[in-house]
Amino acid sequence: MAHKSNYVPQSAFEKWLDERLPVVRLMKDQFIDFPTPRNLNYWWTFGGILIFCLIAQMMTGIVLAMHYVANESMAFESIEHIMRNVNWGWLIRYTHAVGASMFFAAAYLHMFRGLYYGSYKAPREILWILGVVILLLMIATSFMGYSLPWGQMSFWAVTVITNLFSSFDSVIPGLGTRIVQWVWGGFSVGNPTLNRLFSLHYLLPFMIAGVVILHIWALHVPGNNNPTGIDVKRSSEAMPFHPYYTIKDGFALAVFAIVFAAFVFYAPNYLGHSDNYIPADPLVTPTHIVPEWYFLPFYAILRAIPSKLFGVIAMFGAIMVLFVVPWLDSSPIRSLRYRPMLKLFFWAFVVTCVALGYLGAMPPDGIYLLSARLGTFYYFAFFLVVLPVVGRIETPTQMPGSITEDIMSKERRRRAALEGGAPAGAPAAPEKR
Amino acid sequence: MANSNSTVDAVDDTGRRDFITVAAGAFAAIGLGPLVWPMLDQMNPDASALALGSVEIDLAPIDVGQAITIMWRGKPIFIRHRAEEEIQAADVTQISALPDRFARNLNLAEDAPAVDRNRAGEGHENWLVIIGICTHLGCIPRGQRVGDTKGEFGGWFCPCHGSHYDTAGRIRRGPAPRNMEVPPYKFLTDTRIKIG
Ligand code: HEM
Ligand code: FES
Repeated sequence: MAHKSNYVPQSAFEKWLDERLPVVRLMKDQFIDFPTPRNLNYWWTFGGILIFCLIAQMMTGIVLAMHYVANESMAFESIEHIMRNVNWGWLIRYTHAVGASMFFAAAYLHMFRGLYYGSYKAPREILWILGVVILLLMIATSFMGYSLPWGQMSFWAVTVITNLFSSFDSVIPGLGTRIVQWVWGGFSVGNPTLNRLFSLHYLLPFMIAGVVILHIWALHVPGNNNPTGIDVKRSSEAMPFHPYYTIKDGFALAVFAIVFAAFVFYAPNYLGHSDNYIPADPLVTPTHIVPEWYFLPFYAILRAIPSKLFGVIAMFGAIMVLFVVPWLDSSPIRSLRYRPMLKLFFWAFVVTCVALGYLGAMPPDGIYLLSARLGTFYYFAFFLVVLPVVGRIETPTQMPGSITEDIMSKERRRRAALEGGAPAGAPAAPEKR
Repeated sequence: MANSNSTVDAVDDTGRRDFITVAAGAFAAIGLGPLVWPMLDQMNPDASALALGSVEIDLAPIDVGQAITIMWRGKPIFIRHRAEEEIQAADVTQISALPDRFARNLNLAEDAPAVDRNRAGEGHENWLVIIGICTHLGCIPRGQRVGDTKGEFGGWFCPCHGSHYDTAGRIRRGPAPRNMEVPPYKFLTDTRIKIG
């Protein structure tokens, strides 16, 4: 929402600066005065939480990098050194490791929110696409970070994931092997591999930060979506971001931080895998290699497909399909509040994602394999069949004409309930308050 | 410029400018290539990785039924002293029963069929030398140590996603697409080999 700037430089210096670099004006317009729909619920607080996560990862990461040694014979010990000798090293490392999980949890909730309220629809397609780009960068970043302790899980995760590229051998013989050796910098996962993973693990978060800026820019052109999915039509339907949403976001962040801290202090290794406390051994693969929990649904999809190449294609496809979601959904209505049929399919999709996560941690045979195949089928069917078809056949429920109408009718129902039995449609008289 | 055929001139001029733009772009691209290539190629295996040439192994201490694992170019090499039954089992297997029909033996032609004698060298059928890496996603299959599960075909079993290999290291069941590779090696004496 382009809005008129309310910034008035207060001092001679501010005025001088404003004429040369209007950065204070930009901050005030975009983060203090920014008109925000007044009906946002708590699902809208994850964006702010994600910014917190990125900053927390960068701060703890930079500190870890002061003590970490990216060398195959020293990496594992340097982590133990951080844990035992470095002042507060345990706290900083656990915050970083748990922080990665919290980051993904928040990102997934943020994305489900977008799907539920149709935030990917016009005019927010670019905003959504940038979000998917951020997800891809996050996946790459945490995969590389997880390799750094150079434990058994680190080593074998790197081996298995980099070997995914070898599936190109079945397209052009030899191509996959060339790519894999290029990624490794050798004929197996080794020291050159660890070094480049560290270098890129340091780089990518800064690229994420760059895309986040574009993401917010793309948000501030059309403005926020809201739970009704109806555009803001009057200025009274929006409020300045500060103090209303700084408080709401701040409260949500505090709750999030409590959960975060509970993991860091009481169950720091709960989300990790104990095998990663065994130093990497290129001669022994652990019996069960499982990725971190946030990759499990994708891992389940990879293993559900009996062909190596197509398994890899399906796994990447599971993320790539998100890019075209704005054009797959055929309904003009954004919020699932008014789309009873898609709402059912949506919740089935959420259950499927969770189920795939569970199946990704189970051995790939028998009933687990069968379920993973069904789940994979529904995952893709939701995007490729359900979204295009349901929009054409469902009958949406009655929608309010505006955000104001939605708020007022809720308010009326609430009052009616308080006063006991007043007809639902009757407006409450203001003097009764 | 007050020129009577100025329109013609303008057209000619656009053509010339287009040409200059394209030419400049082309030269920039040609110049960029040699700058980008080193940035990409630096990631390929370096001289020290390539230099990790060859290893020699004495086979004499390995009894029938035993296996050892050694490292070559950072990869595990499985050397198994196969028992008569194991050779038999591999030998009678029909090519048509194999998911991958090529020998994958770096000492032979690329299209050599995956019969047992193309996997273990002729005259040395009791020695199987393979790169012990699952051709699916690179885990190390089990079956080298006494007590390891060897899978349904008595060779190796990869626990990562369930690939079964036979006593010639050929894939029989599971997601792995190819037989485990036979590295370049030769017998120096009857009990000594050189890999690489
Ligand atoms: C997008 C933000 C980031 C994510 C999602 C992320 C994720 C991770 C993960 C999952 C680990 C493995 C933790 C473990 O199991 O021990 C890790 C380790 C590490 N990260 Fe990050 N990271 C991020 C940003 C950074 C930054 C900006 C740096 C700065 C250099 C950094 C430096 C390190 C170091 C040195 C380690 C190894 C120490 C350790 O394993 O605890 N990270 N990272
Ligand atoms: S790596 Fe061996 S089965 Fe997947």
